[in-house]
Amino acid sequence: MTVTEKDKLSEVISKCKPERGNLIPLLQEIQAELGYLPQEAMQEVASFLDIPKVEVYGVVTFYNQFRLAPLGKHHVRVCMGTACHLRGGKLILEALERELSIKVGQTAPDRSFSLERVACVGCCMLAPVVLIGEEIHPKMTPFKMEEDLIPYRQEIDELPENSN
Amino acid sequence: MNFPKIQTRAESEWENLQASLYILIGTATCGRAAGALNTLEAFQAELARQKTSAEVIEVGCMGLCYAEPLVTISKPDSFRVVYPNVTPELVPRLVEGYVLGDDPCLELALGTLEEDEEGAPYIPELSRFEHERRIILAHCGYIDPQNINHYIAQGGYRGLDRALAMSPPEIIEEIGRSGLRGRGGAGFPTGKKWEFCSRAKGSPKYVVCNADEGDPGAFMDRVILESNPQQVIEGMIIAGYAIGANKGYIYIRAEYPLAVDRLKVALGEAYDLGFLGQDILGSSFNFDIELATGAGAFVSGEETALMAAIEGKMSTPHPRPPYPANEGLWGKPTLINNVKTYSYVHLIMEKGAGWFSSIGTEESKGTAIFTLAGKINCAGLTEVPMGTSLQEIIYDTGGGIANGKSFKAVQIGGPSGGCLPESLLNTPIDYDSLREAGSMMGSGGLIVMDEDNCMVDTASFFLDFVTKESCGKCTMCRLGTLQMLRALEDICSGKGKMEDLDNLLELAEDIKAGSLCALGGTAPNPVLTTMRYFKHEYEDHILRKQCPAKVCPELTAYYILPDKCDRACEHCILTCPTEAIKGEKGEVKHIDQEKCVNCGTCLEVCPPEYNAVVKLSPVTSLPPEDAKAKERGIAQGVLG
Repeated sequence: MTVTEKDKLSEVISKCKPERGNLIPLLQEIQAELGYLPQEAMQEVASFLDIPKVEVYGVVTFYNQFRLAPLGKHHVRVCMGTACHLRGGKLILEALERELSIKVGQTAPDRSFSLERVACVGCCMLAPVVLIGEEIHPKMTPFKMEEDLIPYRQEIDELPENSN
Repeated sequence: MNFPKIQTRAESEWENLQASLYILIGTATCGRAAGALNTLEAFQAELARQKTSAEVIEVGCMGLCYAEPLVTISKPDSFRVVYPNVTPELVPRLVEGYVLGDDPCLELALGTLEEDEEGAPYIPELSRFEHERRIILAHCGYIDPQNINHYIAQGGYRGLDRALAMSPPEIIEEIGRSGLRGRGGAGFPTGKKWEFCSRAKGSPKYVVCNADEGDPGAFMDRVILESNPQQVIEGMIIAGYAIGANKGYIYIRAEYPLAVDRLKVALGEAYDLGFLGQDILGSSFNFDIELATGAGAFVSGEETALMAAIEGKMSTPHPRPPYPANEGLWGKPTLINNVKTYSYVHLIMEKGAGWFSSIGTEESKGTAIFTLAGKINCAGLTEVPMGTSLQEIIYDTGGGIANGKSFKAVQIGGPSGGCLPESLLNTPIDYDSLREAGSMMGSGGLIVMDEDNCMVDTASFFLDFVTKESCGKCTMCRLGTLQMLRALEDICSGKGKMEDLDNLLELAEDIKAGSLCALGGTAPNPVLTTMRYFKHEYEDHILRKQCPAKVCPELTAYYILPDKCDRACEHCILTCPTEAIKGEKGEVKHIDQEKCVNCGTCLEVCPPEYNAVVKLSPVTSLPPEDAKAKERGIAQGVLG
């Protein structure tokens, strides 16, 4: 963890009451601040709540919301709810895996993109749906998906660290 | 402040609003997905530009998801008009036309909210609403979910006021007589649940609202919480008073951030007016509600698993008995009901058990709420009396099957439910009829499938979901469902054998018997119902290596018809993501089946005047060389 991450972590923990029932809200707060749950953070939480580390790790890996690694700059979520599946959601996921050269659940080595499948984002009339960040891409096809990625890719290419 | 005063103030605020010019914009999650926030911004900018002071109010969802973003313009001296699909480009026209002028722009309207206006239909008379009876959706999309006075002006909190004048046993009696059954899916009589909990020994007691709506394709709880959260809060307060609890929890999915925000505001308002907190409406009854946000686990919807989640543990279910009514949250008596169940409570209190039980069928009282999605024309939300047929919901309310395709099946109740065929469309919707047909009411997700959907693939989709969401506690659910999934995947990829079907049936029975909770206990339903009603599709996959819906990639190939291909066009070549299409300019284009990943882009981009790309199944209907290439591609794993 970086120094800033450590500071943020201490700040979040200092606002919480050390009660067992607060484990999940506390982890949610930490993830909201840091973007993921580093190992040191989980250890801190365990000692703060005075519970075994394995209990924290158990909870973190049980729930879909918690992440052990940071996300990419653009986090891509593919809806795999029923309505999206019926309209070809799986093809969209395959197209994204192909285009981004990462598998679902992974973050690209340069942290440009990360890819996740989610179960129903609740806008079934727009199926199949993909969220890039918070932006909704409705009625996708593998072809449209490829086109919709272009501006995000350009943005990554234009970052100072990527321009030679 | 006493209740009559609160009511008078709320009613005068509502009357003042009716006497003014105002604009409602549906900004629930579904509206936002369709761009409602851009529409909202456009209205604010246009009104500012025109220096007009119309109030713009963000409301929830009317259930007409297909028509989002939905805008209603209300004028004191004229009729209210509802406009569908309002993009920012339409906003200046509506402001110029109806906000500032006298032109109601009826050509853009879905309808009016007052009768007898020529030129536009009266909304409640649209065929969509023919079978509807809106009780708990009645105010969704018409009132500001962030303004408690709107709710009170529509009769809100009258039920609580009446309940506080009754004794707790009288309330439980009333709920029992109403015939209300739990809307979480299982349909347990609500009155009985309350009675068990009120009699249970132990203190303190808790009231829990299950808002962990996890079924893919069901979103009515979200709509209620985003559109009219106060009715859920009111129901919980009444429940707390009836069973003797002073603390309530709403367990809500973290995936519903807007519902969480709107609930927070709603709770704050209820505290401000004294509906929550100490000495509620001067009755000396105290009640608090806390929000607990889930961290994403489908199994948390199961009541014992949900309580573990609130306690901050891994959300795994435990055996019942003891039932939560006796030993629930932190080992104390706990009442758990669904969002919809609590929503009905205040109305039963206000209008009486007789009113509620007059709606619906003998065994299933009241209304049912369904989300309509899939291959249907008008996706959205509907509330109909129990006993309405599937046919009426799909064809009248949902507007029938999209794109002129033919109906194949309707899936009800998500991963716990089943797929029903056309011959069962007359099934009335109630707990018992659906169970008899092999499905269940479940969460109320209703997803329509057409000829282009493969039933084996659908069954496999639900099993895949279950294997990912099984908490892992029971062996049969953890590993049995995985075995079923493997068998289904084999069938989908042409490797299935007829004995797999027997194994599936046997596994299904074992998983049902060997699982603690409903997740495992109902997991085989999608497979069992598709095998019962669509067995021929399974046989086609196994015996003929054919996917009749042309969905399963190993059994389906894309093919360019040489006599239809316009040799000069290169759309398919330029867009194929794997460069699988060859052919010089002026030559017929040809798909290299070894490289093709079945993404369907060539079919999508082939200009309609040529229509040269087709799907073929079985793959042996390809020319022999191509069929061999397809086999090689599959062997190399190109299909992923």
